[in-house]
Amino acid sequence: MFESILVYGLVASAILLLISLGFSITFGLSGIANLSYGGIYLSAGYLTWYLINVLQFPLFAAALTSVTLMAILGALIYRILIIRVRGNIMNEVVVTFALGLATMELFRFLGFGGYGFSLPSVASGGIRILGQAIGFQRLLIIGVAILVALLLWYFTRRTKTGLALLGMAQDEYTALSLGIDSDWSATYSCAIGAAITALAAVLIFPLGVIAIDEGYKVLIRMMAVTVLGGLESTKGLVLACIILGYFQVTVSNLASPRWTEAVFLGAILFVLAFRPSGLIGQSKELEERV
Amino acid sequence: MKIKKGYRKERLDRGIKARVDDVFAISSYREIMYLAMPRTLFIIFLLLLPLSGSITGPYWQGVIIITCIIALLTLSWTFMYSVGLISLGHAVFFGIGAYIAGWLSSSLNLSPLITIPLAALSGAVLGALLLYPVLRLRGIYFALITFALPLFMMRLIEATGCLGGTAGLSGLHAFPSRLFASYLVIFVLLFVLFGYLKIMDSDFGLVLRAIRDSDLSVHAAGINVPLFKAQALFIGALPATFAGAFLTHYYRFVGMTAFALEYSIFPITSAVIGGTGLFPGAVLGAFILTPLSESLRAFGTLRIAIYSLLLVLFIVRLPEGLFSFIQKKYFQFERWVPLERKDDNAK
Amino acid sequence: MQNEVILKVQDLSRRFGGVRAVDGISFEVKSGEALGIIGPNGSGKSTLINLITGFVKPDKGAVFYKGNNITGLKPHKIASIGIARSFQTVKPFYNLPVYKNLIIPLYSNRVKKQLKGGCMGDRDEAAMHLLEEVGFERESNLPYKITGTLPHGYLKKLELARCLCLDPEIVIVDELFSGMSMSEIASAMPIMEKIVAEGKTLIMIEHRLRELFRVVQGVMVLNFGKIIARGTPEEVVKVEEVKEAYLGKEGETVA
Repeated sequence: MFESILVYGLVASAILLLISLGFSITFGLSGIANLSYGGIYLSAGYLTWYLINVLQFPLFAAALTSVTLMAILGALIYRILIIRVRGNIMNEVVVTFALGLATMELFRFLGFGGYGFSLPSVASGGIRILGQAIGFQRLLIIGVAILVALLLWYFTRRTKTGLALLGMAQDEYTALSLGIDSDWSATYSCAIGAAITALAAVLIFPLGVIAIDEGYKVLIRMMAVTVLGGLESTKGLVLACIILGYFQVTVSNLASPRWTEAVFLGAILFVLAFRPSGLIGQSKELEERV
Repeated sequence: MKIKKGYRKERLDRGIKARVDDVFAISSYREIMYLAMPRTLFIIFLLLLPLSGSITGPYWQGVIIITCIIALLTLSWTFMYSVGLISLGHAVFFGIGAYIAGWLSSSLNLSPLITIPLAALSGAVLGALLLYPVLRLRGIYFALITFALPLFMMRLIEATGCLGGTAGLSGLHAFPSRLFASYLVIFVLLFVLFGYLKIMDSDFGLVLRAIRDSDLSVHAAGINVPLFKAQALFIGALPATFAGAFLTHYYRFVGMTAFALEYSIFPITSAVIGGTGLFPGAVLGAFILTPLSESLRAFGTLRIAIYSLLLVLFIVRLPEGLFSFIQKKYFQFERWVPLERKDDNAK
Repeated sequence: MQNEVILKVQDLSRRFGGVRAVDGISFEVKSGEALGIIGPNGSGKSTLINLITGFVKPDKGAVFYKGNNITGLKPHKIASIGIARSFQTVKPFYNLPVYKNLIIPLYSNRVKKQLKGGCMGDRDEAAMHLLEEVGFERESNLPYKITGTLPHGYLKKLELARCLCLDPEIVIVDELFSGMSMSEIASAMPIMEKIVAEGKTLIMIEHRLRELFRVVQGVMVLNFGKIIARGTPEEVVKVEEVKEAYLGKEGETVA
């Protein structure tokens, strides 16, 4: 029991981290809360499915293609839609939210989802860790999540472009005066975010079937994790993922899986009631935190 | 928009508008009519609507009621918006109201006339309490949390199986008559619309508007911002909880669909189409959108997709909304004026 | 009343990440005193104000107002007991008419009781009166304009008027003169002098020393979150550390 929680909690945390990194990086780099990533996540899943099953792409090529295409889509969403409402938080949130909703409901209407819609795993089989059977796919997810997190951390803290983007998010006018084009940096951040979300979809969907509600689930989880971890801190994000991941697995092990969602959301509300600024945030209630 | 070469478009207040702007200038029936006519027409239109049911049949009578319900939700959404609280999950208020009314009706066997006000009030209090911790935060936190809340409620009811669980509560008390229900919701709609306009005009409303502009300054002005926000949340939630409670008794049923996405996305779309932040615009948006939506009911979930796309389209192309557009036409006229010096205006 | 300590700050500290923005600052302000706070950018002046007025919570230390500990009180509480502040970057209510900006503080519990509210009531009159005092001519259309359309200098004055609305005992202004033109500063000087003459306690953060020294009797110099000098303007500019840290060439022109 304990070992099972230990191992599968880690998997759950990695999944949370992978799905929330895209949202978090876009927010961190451009200040845009892009709520369309639920739709992107689903689109990536279906696109990969389509490429593999209809166009007979090999798995790796299909995954690469859909990640690339989703990155382009993310950039296009910024260039076509978000750019027109930039600066007005309400409109940003509502436009991206509506876009994600439209994508997901459109897929539902077209009859996608359910059995028969699933992606193949990269690697079948698995090993035993602490006596727990764990598939290679899950190990891969853990590895990729850590790798992506590290890469992003390196990119934003150690490279010139990353620092420039970060500066942009913190003070747009100053960055503008230093010759950084805010629109292009936001475009990049949306593309990176969408690509990571697509990557998450390609890796996580093989664990189950592609269903519409997965899109909503992912949207809620990425929001939950970022809210809990605080929108501006990577450390907080990772911490929130680990806490929520283990929490989730513990609840579904001790109680029943149908409780997972309710308890999961309830925990976030509970934490926010006592620490409104998230786990890491320090009483920043009155300071600027959009 | 077509452009006439060598001319520029000029927009001017109509003479009558300029005169009635000054309250003392209202001296003729024509001017009073000009000011009062739109709202009088609207009130008469609303009051006559249920009577048309005998001609159009019960289906459209039902549509009228749903329209008013969505209008109430939109007003509620707009009120919160005008304090700077963007709700992405208005279904939570709707559902809370609906479930409280359902529970009161099924377990205590109370009449709708008691359960509805009770459910509206206690639901609004509950909603305000639930969101109070988030109110202290600024920015998009409120939006993110409100989006998660209705889903949380749904899962909670599903998991615990309380309040009827997935099956819901049915066989609840009905209204005395359909006409009674129609007039009840129409009167409440009018009351909320003009009540909200009145509140926003008062000192209290001024503080709320100020909070939206700069809450730090309101803090510095010695005003308890979270308290005001909580009050605004309560006042804002009232019509939504009422709408939920009303619809529970109208359908004589309440189920998990009370927290459905429709009730979150319809108010936002109506508000944006009508003109975000404008109370008359909210009602206008709901009155355009809901009949349209009812005729699309056959498309099932595609409706949400259509709404969402409509929402995107309006925000990007006509962000000020239809009401401002109509208002401009009513108060101002446009004309083409020849350009004096072409070179200056070429840009 | 005069010469009584009205504000006492004790060992106040606050870190942001690894930076000690305010590092163990202690000082006292006497009732009716006008104190200037100067120091290079990033020396912790604004954070100090935020700590005193409750906008930022201190890690350590305490603030006493008239002998009562007010550390950790909510900003609106601190404002309503009589400590009013302005913001360095103006934060007016952009979508309201100018005079309505002042209705907000006039609506607070501190002054609400004294005024009958409502449209065209005492409150509007009080707002107009205050606006006139800070240099918005009543005859001009300015008080009725939407705030967002005003030039920056007026917004600064509006910021000041919003403080004065609270009928405060301590007025804290954060870089009022920055971003104002010379003539605007010249017109704002009498207002500051009047605040002092009325016996109100004034704390001024300012970079424009010439004007500051005309208003205040005492100056406190901050650097790296610490007080490096305190005294009269003449004394302070002679301190070697101050010259190094901040005044440099400018110090000679004042002295």
